[in-house]
Formats: sequence, structure tokens, C-alpha cells
Amino acid sequence: MTAAPGSSTRARPPRPKDAPRGNAAVKRVAFGVGGVLLLVALWELYKAVGPAEGVVVGDLTILPRTTDLAMPHVWDMITRLFGETGSGRNAVPVWSAVLEASAFTLGVAAVGWVVGVVVGMLLAVLMQRFRTAESAVLPWIILSQTVPLIAIAPLVRRWGSQLEFGDFTWENWMSVAVIASYLAFFPVSIGALRGLNSPDAIHVELFRSYGVGWWKTLFKLRLPASVPYLLPALRLAAANAVIGTVVAEVSIGLRGGIGRMIIEYAQQASGDPAKTWAPIFGAIAVGLVAAGFIALLGVLLRRYRRGEVPA
Amino acid sequence: MSDAPAASAAASPASAAVASAAVEVVGVDKIFTGKKKATVTALENIDLTVAPGEFVSLIGPSGCGKSTLLRLIADLDAPTAGTVTVFGKTARQARIDQEYGIAFQQAGLLPWRTVSGNIELPLELHGVAGAARKARSAELLALVGLSDFAESYPDQLSGGMQQRVAIARSLAESPRLLLMDEPFGALDEMTRERMQTELVRITAETGAAVVFVTHSIPEAVYLSNRVVVMSPRPGRIRDILTVSLGSAAERTEQLRENEAFFENVSRVRELLHGEAPVGIRGVETR
Ligand SMILES: Nc1ncnc2c1ncn2[C@@H]1O[C@H](COP(=O)(O)OP(=O)(O)OP(=O)(O)O)[C@@H](O)[C@H]1O
Ligand SMILES: [Mg+2]
Repeated sequence: MTAAPGSSTRARPPRPKDAPRGNAAVKRVAFGVGGVLLLVALWELYKAVGPAEGVVVGDLTILPRTTDLAMPHVWDMITRLFGETGSGRNAVPVWSAVLEASAFTLGVAAVGWVVGVVVGMLLAVLMQRFRTAESAVLPWIILSQTVPLIAIAPLVRRWGSQLEFGDFTWENWMSVAVIASYLAFFPVSIGALRGLNSPDAIHVELFRSYGVGWWKTLFKLRLPASVPYLLPALRLAAANAVIGTVVAEVSIGLRGGIGRMIIEYAQQASGDPAKTWAPIFGAIAVGLVAAGFIALLGVLLRRYRRGEVPA
Repeated sequence: MSDAPAASAAASPASAAVASAAVEVVGVDKIFTGKKKATVTALENIDLTVAPGEFVSLIGPSGCGKSTLLRLIADLDAPTAGTVTVFGKTARQARIDQEYGIAFQQAGLLPWRTVSGNIELPLELHGVAGAARKARSAELLALVGLSDFAESYPDQLSGGMQQRVAIARSLAESPRLLLMDEPFGALDEMTRERMQTELVRITAETGAAVVFVTHSIPEAVYLSNRVVVMSPRPGRIRDILTVSLGSAAERTEQLRENEAFFENVSRVRELLHGEAPVGIRGVETR
């Protein structure tokens, strides 16, 4: 309980709680950069002191080889980013090729994310509205995630190619987006269901006392109350969509994205080991952009993330 | 002073105004069926009439069904037997028609809405235009003395301030009936007494009937025209005491040290403890 003095009517309103605290933000960035530097230092340290053939016990390799082939120097990887993709006429700098592929993958992942979020939200709303829907649908939602991606990729592709209406034709990137959404909808449906059911009985009864129906209660109470549950779910969905896109690009054989690039560059690894890492940096960049987008969403929705102080 | 006729006309016992009674509860039972078919008789054979503009408190030991009775009036639960009528309508119709405002023990403010946003919530849900909402919330904020906090969020307020916002919210649509379940239960004694004084003033200004659940005998006596004393297992109305401490204007802070006030407090106490209130005027023996 809050003490009496605070309840004085004459007291001035307190300052908004989330005034920017510059110090904390700087600290967070510093820790982030520090973490990356630490990783680089560990990599280079192990490469310097570790045995070239790695640490092998019996037939088991416990620690990796430290040859330039297995573990290129970090600066080699970075330098390679600024080299050309090949020696041919249409060679471009590696970073620009990676950037292009990253943008492509990000676009497909974004479509998959949006579709997944919409489907997940609709399922959650359906399950909230009808108890029977929850017991009928929830087990399938959970089971759906146990099907390996490798198994569904060809299926999606085949079904998609059979779709035809008007001058619409199914394209491979759509199959990839569908697979991304297949991974993305799961955390959203689970998180949103928990969020939609999170309002206290007192709030639900208040809305009942106002004589408003289920839809108004959904939009004015359940959806706002679900935001704290939804944001982590959306973040997970974004990560899943990116991973799903990269993996599905490989298994469906979609050109233009990071997934295929990783495979292509890996095939050149024996001659150009540092180049292998370029698309991996691209994948990380895509993940960072996706995470940044969710963080931005969290800032926009910060009003809905206030915890109520119990009266 | 303590005679029944001293109470205002609106506060006079029900018989005069049956047709337009604010609340009329007739022969109500409420039985909860729990797991393994265990049943709890929360209320048994409850009859209660509240006249328009009358302030009625429900008091009784924990578990005697006070909240249950209030919830039946609010149509948040349905009686097992008997009827509940609010302004001549069924409880359900009265809820849909927004005949009452309700405040619970917890403030129950929406944390993502500002203070004025919370007060405007019922208006917004019922399609009142923005400008009218703003005007109404400003008016109510002034009434509960929180005008400076219109744009604050609930987590920036103390418990007592939140409770005042909840009361303002319950008044937003100028209901003719207020249902309050221990709204001051979580407040400290000082805030509580100030809120009681404010509530007397507010109800006098708005002319609303009030059904008020409380655990505090002085609170019940200070606020009420009538105090309904309930007994548990099964929940029954043991007695109804008519308190005659004058109109709202006369219910000042001095009243708390008044002889008549203490007399009424000890009567309610005796009723609660089950002693026969012999020779006390103003008690309706049922
Ligand atoms: N939803 C419910 N399911 C089952 N039993 C219930 C339910 N609500 C109330 N009861 C029972 O009904 C009885 C009366 O409860 P109620 O909440 O009305 O008491 P109360 O007088 O408000 O008590 P308190 O002063 O502690 O708030 C209690 O015995 C309680 O166990
Ligand atoms: Mg109660």
C-alpha cells in the first residue's frame, strides 16, 4: 500500500515514468558492443593458442581445428566483405551481394511474419471466444510444430504450384513465406491466447456491467491487456520467420536470398574460407533488423506495458 | 433526532415507493454448487427494498453473502430463486440500460489509460462524443479532487487516489444507483474518513441511491440511511436499522463525535453480535 502523504490532492503530478534515461541506454549499447568484442577476442585467442588439428579425444573432435580453413581470422572475414564476389565481368563487391540477398530474405521473412501474426492472432481470438475451439485447435497447433521443416517444404511447393486463379501464379518465394509463417504463427497464437485471457475478473466484470458485447471487450480490454504477452511472442515469431526463410530458401531452392548464398559460398570454402562467413553476417544483420523492428513496436506500444499498482 | 420520520422522504421505508424502488430484492436465494456437488448457500430468503436516493449499507461477518447480494443486483451473477428488480426492470435489463454504476474493493483501473481516459471509459464504450466526454471527466475529476492528475497513469497514483478515480468512473454516466463493494477497504483511516465525507457530499449532489458493502460499523452508520445487518451460514438479513443522523449537509466531521452517532454504532454492534436490540427505536423488526 502506498502511504497517505502521496494521496494528498494538492500534490503535484509526478513526472512521466518513462522519461528517457540516457545513461541506461548508453550502458546497454556498451555492453552489447563489449559482448561482440569479447567473442572476437575469444575466437582469435583460441585460433592463436589452440592446436591446428583441434582437440581430439579418441575419434571425437572436442574443439575445432584452428587452421585458416576452419577458422579464418576475423579481419580476413571483414576484409573479404569488401573484395569482389569473383573474377568475372559481372563481379560485384561481396558486401553489396550480401546486402542484396539480405534485403530479399528480409522481405520474404517479413511477408511470412505478417501472415503468421495474422493467422496466430485469429486463432488466439477464436480460441478465446470459444472454449471448445481451444480444446479442439490447441493440440493441433502444438503438433504442427513437431513436423520437421524438411518434410513440409516440398509439400508446400507442390500444393502452391497447383494453385491457379486468373493470372495469379504461385511463385517459389511464396512457398518460402508460407513456411516462414508456419514457424511464426505458433508463438503468436500461444502468447496472444494467454494475453487475451489475462485481464482480471474485475475488469471483465466491469465491462459486463457496462453491458458491452464481446467485440468491444476484445478491442478495449483484451487486446490492450495482451500487449505484454504479445511482444515477446512477436519477437520469437520474427526470429522464427527469419530462420524459417533461410532454411526454406535452401530446401525449396529459391535463388536470391541468404539461404542459397550460404550454400553457394560454402562450396567455394576450400579456396576462399573467409567468403563463407559473408552471408552468415548477412543473416545476422537480417535478424538484427527484425529484432530492431520489434523493439520499435515495443516503444510504440509502451503505454500498454504499464503494470497497474494494486490499489 | 433518532426517530425514523427525521429521515428524508426518499429514505423512508419501501412501502411508499414500491413501484419506483431503486432496488427490490424479493425472496432471493443463492446457492453455489462447487466441485463434487458440494453446495454453499450464500444467501437465503433475502428481501430488501432500496428507495431512490436512499443510502443503504450491508454489513456482516466475512462470508455472509454481502458481495454476492451486490453482484446479484448488478447482474454479474443470477439468483437461484427469487427476483431482483432495479428501477422496475429485471436486473439484466437494468445492467444493459446502464442504470447503475459500480465500484469494487480494488480500483480496477485500466493501466494503459490515463486517469481521465479511465473515467471516460464507460462514456466511450457507449458512444458519447469526445468533447462531451472531456467535459464530463473534467467535472468528475474536480468532484474527487484530482484535477491535477488527469493525464497521469494509474501506477503513478496512490491507492486512495486510484480508488477516487474508480468512484469518479462509477459516477460517469450519472447513474441513479451506485453499487459499492468495500470501496474504501484498502485505504488508511485518514483517507477513508475523507472519502466518506466526499461520498456523502457526492451522493447528496447527484441524488443517487447507494448500496454500500462495508466491514466497518462507524462507516456504515456515518454514511447510511439504513444499515442492513447480515448473518452468515446461510446468508440472511438479521435486521435493518434505520439511522437518523440528518441530511447530508448535517453529516459533517463533527458528527463522528456526536452522541447519536455513537448510539447508532453500538446498536449495529449489538445486532452484529446477535444480542436482542430491545427497546431501540428505529429498528425494523422482521
Ligand atoms: N463464485 C463462487 N463459488 C462458490 N462459492 C462462492 C462464490 N462466491 C461466493 N461464494 C460463497 O458464498 C459465500 C458468501 O460470499 P461473499 O463473497 O458474498 O461474502 P462476503 O459477505 O462478501 O464476505 P467478505 O466480507 O469477506 O467479502 C461464501 O461462503 C463464499 O464461499
Ligand atoms: Mg465481499
